[in-house]
Amino acid sequence: MKTDQEKRAFLKKVLDGTIAGSLYLVMPMAGLAMGNNTKDHASRKAPLEKLPEQVPGIRGKTYDILDQEFAFVVDITRCIGCGSCCVADKREYNVPDDNYRTWVERYVKGFSDQVYVDAPNGGLDGYQTPRLDIDELIRDTFFVPKLCNMCKEAPCVQVCPVGATFTTPDGFVLVDHERCVGCAYCIQACPYSVRYIHPTTKTVDKCTWCYHRVRKGLLPACVDVCPTGARKFGSLRDESSEVYQILKGPGVLTVLKKEMGTWPALYYKGARREVV
Amino acid sequence: MNTLLTAANSGESIGSATMLVSNYVFPNDIHVHWSMMIVLYPYITGLVDGAFIIAALYYLFDVKSLKPVARFSLLFALAFLCCATLPLLLHLGRPERNFNMLLTPSPSSAMAGFGYIYAVSMGVLTFIVLFVYRPVLVELRSTAKGWLQVLYRVITFDSIDLSQGARQLDAKIIRFLVGIGIPIAAILHGYVGFIFGGVKANPTWSTPLMPVIFLFSACVSGISAIILAYIVIRKFRGKSISHSAIATMTKTLTLFFILAFCFEMLEVFSHTYLKSGYHHMVEGLLNGPLASSFWLWQVKICSMIPLILLGVMGLFKLREGIYNLLAAVVSAILLLQVLIMRWNVVIGGQLMSKSARGYTAFHPEWFDKEGIIAVIIVMAIPFAILWGLGKIFPFWAQESE
Repeated sequence: MKTDQEKRAFLKKVLDGTIAGSLYLVMPMAGLAMGNNTKDHASRKAPLEKLPEQVPGIRGKTYDILDQEFAFVVDITRCIGCGSCCVADKREYNVPDDNYRTWVERYVKGFSDQVYVDAPNGGLDGYQTPRLDIDELIRDTFFVPKLCNMCKEAPCVQVCPVGATFTTPDGFVLVDHERCVGCAYCIQACPYSVRYIHPTTKTVDKCTWCYHRVRKGLLPACVDVCPTGARKFGSLRDESSEVYQILKGPGVLTVLKKEMGTWPALYYKGARREVV
Repeated sequence: MNTLLTAANSGESIGSATMLVSNYVFPNDIHVHWSMMIVLYPYITGLVDGAFIIAALYYLFDVKSLKPVARFSLLFALAFLCCATLPLLLHLGRPERNFNMLLTPSPSSAMAGFGYIYAVSMGVLTFIVLFVYRPVLVELRSTAKGWLQVLYRVITFDSIDLSQGARQLDAKIIRFLVGIGIPIAAILHGYVGFIFGGVKANPTWSTPLMPVIFLFSACVSGISAIILAYIVIRKFRGKSISHSAIATMTKTLTLFFILAFCFEMLEVFSHTYLKSGYHHMVEGLLNGPLASSFWLWQVKICSMIPLILLGVMGLFKLREGIYNLLAAVVSAILLLQVLIMRWNVVIGGQLMSKSARGYTAFHPEWFDKEGIIAVIIVMAIPFAILWGLGKIFPFWAQESE
């Protein structure tokens, strides 16, 4: 009996994670109004409300936008560089080639303290082969997923001349494509280089932590598909959420480029000092 | 894709920085977003500022020797100011939305101030030109017919009074307008420098020195342009050249160039000496992708040669013809120096990835809205406007010279 329960628990875990994640990669994704395939995506769009709730406390009640706080945690020790997150993101938004809302970097550190970093195709294809161009003994290697840091003091918001980039009251830094003039000042101002000019709309685009999904009680697409739980997202108003527990706990968390004074809501667990 | 141009491949050129540079460029940093039009934008506003300085020296500070070029300087500044927004419009992804910056500006953004600063500059400069040329315009008004007469009535402020009293009043108004024009010109171009200096994410831009460097180099380019244009146009038309005007402008140019060059070098040496933060990246940039355009062209050729020539012109007594020739040569080199400096700041600054680990490359296109042909056209338009203005407003104080 106990064995059955364990099996069920195991299967549930697997379905929540890997298989569900794999299915996500083959199922048609809900497309945003971007790119040429907008109509195709819209017609195939599965109602997000019908999917099981993933971020508790949002569905079934009025969303108080002034009383929300979310956090994103990337656990570097768990990332295996499979690229599922990048694939999910590209499909979710029809991200144009050579532009990246999210990407995964591969860090290789030699015994000489030299750090070798690469991200071919943004890690979209997964890291299936080792680097062969490193001619020294490897001390350490790890993967670092990158995405919008959702800064509380966002330089991109500060510099946007028309207010097209703005911070929502619930802490998301978003871009209004109807207002953006495409000056690219925000691209210059972003210390994390998460922005690009969309080749079709000629306006700026970037990761939104899947705000449209979050507002419907769903996890960001990249978090949803991550097979190892390296990407975590949740509400800090929910004390049972994993991100709340991590932020509350004694573990060491870092943010990228702290010296920039941007106060990111994206935290890294297990990030080595070499990570920029 | 990520194995682009880097100094890391040549370890000796960046010294100890080799350990830290691994040639990794953030995926979104591979593309240079601010390209040649954003190089032209500060270049054009700089020409306006420098030309305006020459006019201000005459109209406000009574530097009599500049009388022959004062009016031309104003027209030159006006012609270029008319085109200052052109590169920006060509750069914008959605140029049809440009008025949003004026209609719904974001108060926190430095860039949102451009429209207002530009509009005030344009207004003040236009009024100065109209008051300076009021006698000419009144004369034209008397012979004009139809809608042209209406136009002349408007731009002569519906006054044909050219009495001594009226002219004295004009002179007072001009002095007042030039007086407020100087801080406006300084703000216009210092502000352009701040657009870059205020980007903390880019260590080559993020310095309080940036507005100062831009301002002084603006004066250098504008004064150089006036010297060169004055000499070329007068020579071309077979008219005499005022040596005292050239000498005064050259001395002013020397002062501003020494200041500009010192500040440009101060920024580099500060980075080098402090060795803080992104020092290894900036050093790698200047010795790697920018080794030719910065050290060879901007510093060695286009700064050291003019410094030597200006030194010779200042310290030795030269024949007028030689002096004027050297002034033209120095001015031409300095015009190039400032353009290269803008290139190195704007495009060079973006070659350094925010990964702090590698450098990207920039290859200018010929046929692009921000390409080389577009650059040539944008730079030609002010001269066409200047030619048109010259048909109405005589360039020189005494055309009979």
